[in-house]
Amino acid sequence: MGKTIAEKIFDAHRVNEPFPDTHVLRLDRVFCHEITTPIAITDLMARGMDRVFDPTKIKAVIDHVTPAKDSKTAEQGKILREWARRNEIKDFFDIGRNGVCHAIFPEKGFVRPGYTVIMGDSHTCTHGAFGAFAAGVGTTDLEVGILKGVCAFHFPKTIKFELEGKLKPGVYAKDLILFIINQLTVNGATNMVIEFTGSVVDEMSMESRMTLCNMAIEAGGTSGICYPDMVTVDYLWEFIKDEFDSKEAALEEYSKWKSDDDAEYEKIYKLDISNLEPMVTFGYKPDQVKSVKEMEGTKVDQIYVGSCTNGRIEDLRIAASVLKGKRISDDVRAIVSPATPAIYSMALKEGLIEIFQDAGFCVTNPTCGACLGMSNGVLADGEVCASTTNRNFNGRMGKGGMVHLMSPATAAATAIEGKIVNSELYQG
Amino acid sequence: MKNFKGKVLFLDRSDINTDEIIPAKYLTEITKEALKPYLLEDLSLPGFDNTDDIKGKTVVITRENFGCGSSREHAPWALEVNGINVVLAENFARIFRQNMYNCGMFAIDLPKEKIDFLFDNYSGEDTTIEIDLEKDLILVSSPNKSDVIEFKVGEFDKTLVKEGGWIGYADKNY
Repeated sequence: MGKTIAEKIFDAHRVNEPFPDTHVLRLDRVFCHEITTPIAITDLMARGMDRVFDPTKIKAVIDHVTPAKDSKTAEQGKILREWARRNEIKDFFDIGRNGVCHAIFPEKGFVRPGYTVIMGDSHTCTHGAFGAFAAGVGTTDLEVGILKGVCAFHFPKTIKFELEGKLKPGVYAKDLILFIINQLTVNGATNMVIEFTGSVVDEMSMESRMTLCNMAIEAGGTSGICYPDMVTVDYLWEFIKDEFDSKEAALEEYSKWKSDDDAEYEKIYKLDISNLEPMVTFGYKPDQVKSVKEMEGTKVDQIYVGSCTNGRIEDLRIAASVLKGKRISDDVRAIVSPATPAIYSMALKEGLIEIFQDAGFCVTNPTCGACLGMSNGVLADGEVCASTTNRNFNGRMGKGGMVHLMSPATAAATAIEGKIVNSELYQG
Repeated sequence: MKNFKGKVLFLDRSDINTDEIIPAKYLTEITKEALKPYLLEDLSLPGFDNTDDIKGKTVVITRENFGCGSSREHAPWALEVNGINVVLAENFARIFRQNMYNCGMFAIDLPKEKIDFLFDNYSGEDTTIEIDLEKDLILVSSPNKSDVIEFKVGEFDKTLVKEGGWIGYADKNY
């Protein structure tokens, strides 16, 4: 019997199996942000164990509320900042250099095929786009990760999606993952890895693969995973070029991180997605998904383009292509948060920021802020947001607010119309 | 070990997410105790009042996929500082379940028929539950009846409960 990529990564990182189905894995990366790490830091200090297993494998960023909005968030930043300095964590991204964790860490080349990655953040599954096993964990697992460089997991079964066909113009990775979550339900992949494979994924950029893997958790998944290929190597090349003689050599090395043909799966879905329409959520669960056509005419108050799901350069290019030369409706307000400073700079150079501003968007600094109702675009009671983020939970972007999740293209068209629209503007 | 005996809070809903258990706006707190007043503040459940219904409770009984969504350990902490150390459900989101055991608390999966039995026979009554860790039994009682329900958790889970969480165990063993 062959093995899945997750099994191969487990085999390569297993420290021991202290109890049945309890695999303690060696960690290649421990990522930290200012919301879930400070309590781990203060606990380690209280225990007299203020140290880290390997400062080069720990990366930290202030991203959820930045710049700080009040004394409490300033204190969280301070705890993280001082801890990073004390423990000589060189890759710490402070205000001005910081971005949304799941955008900036891949951008810096920190994630490689075959890696094990944890972070105190549920959307850590994003990094599986590089052929890594990447799992969100709580603060205690993070604390042990920081201190010992290990984390315990039960063995995850795998669900495989074989995605064939060609996405129609105006249909994107976001529409596809919303459709997949609807198929799986919010509990359908709990304790499992979701593999995204097939010609549709082969043709996707790393940005789109990250969008797919990012929302694996919304079906309960432990990690999303895509197999590494030349797209992965191209993305990572500037960081790995000293390790390999050629891109082909890198690809050959990374190709071992792929499931065997006779690997055992919990379930295999074979889908032809050629007829997939733009999708949007309704209600308060991310598996409550309809086609945009069915939701047309739903009025919104705010449009938000950003987050670890859809705040990357590709997303900004798509939204700007819809907005170019147009104005948002007088009945709405719109916000775009480029996910990292590098994305912001690229958007500036490419003229995208000007398009957003001319259309009437507010352009914010890189931050998670509005996605989880912490800052930079919180909704008032009864307001509705068309959002490119990942969760439509009750109160997620503000108490009493409603969130409709959608692609950057649909969000941009919705901004122009002031209501959800299945627009020719983005479907060519 | 923590206290695993006390009054029950029944939450008759599936997919209760971590944003409902503790909204993100309170994640700026840097002590667990500060979370106490906000437990289940945004729970969408008709008739539920988080200022009154939680008082004096030690055990939560709920339906499917409890704790889905965010990785925030603030969710188990908010339960813990309110004296709730046990949640019984049909199943849990992975991160939430692990966070509970990492804190030395119980998240026990029970088959649907057992959860249905508990709701059908005990919800709306003054119900007490006690977890017998050695015999793998849940003792449930109300003023006029009692039942014993078997449960099963892994050896790792049980060890974490006995050791009071993952930090102590990991520090000794890794």
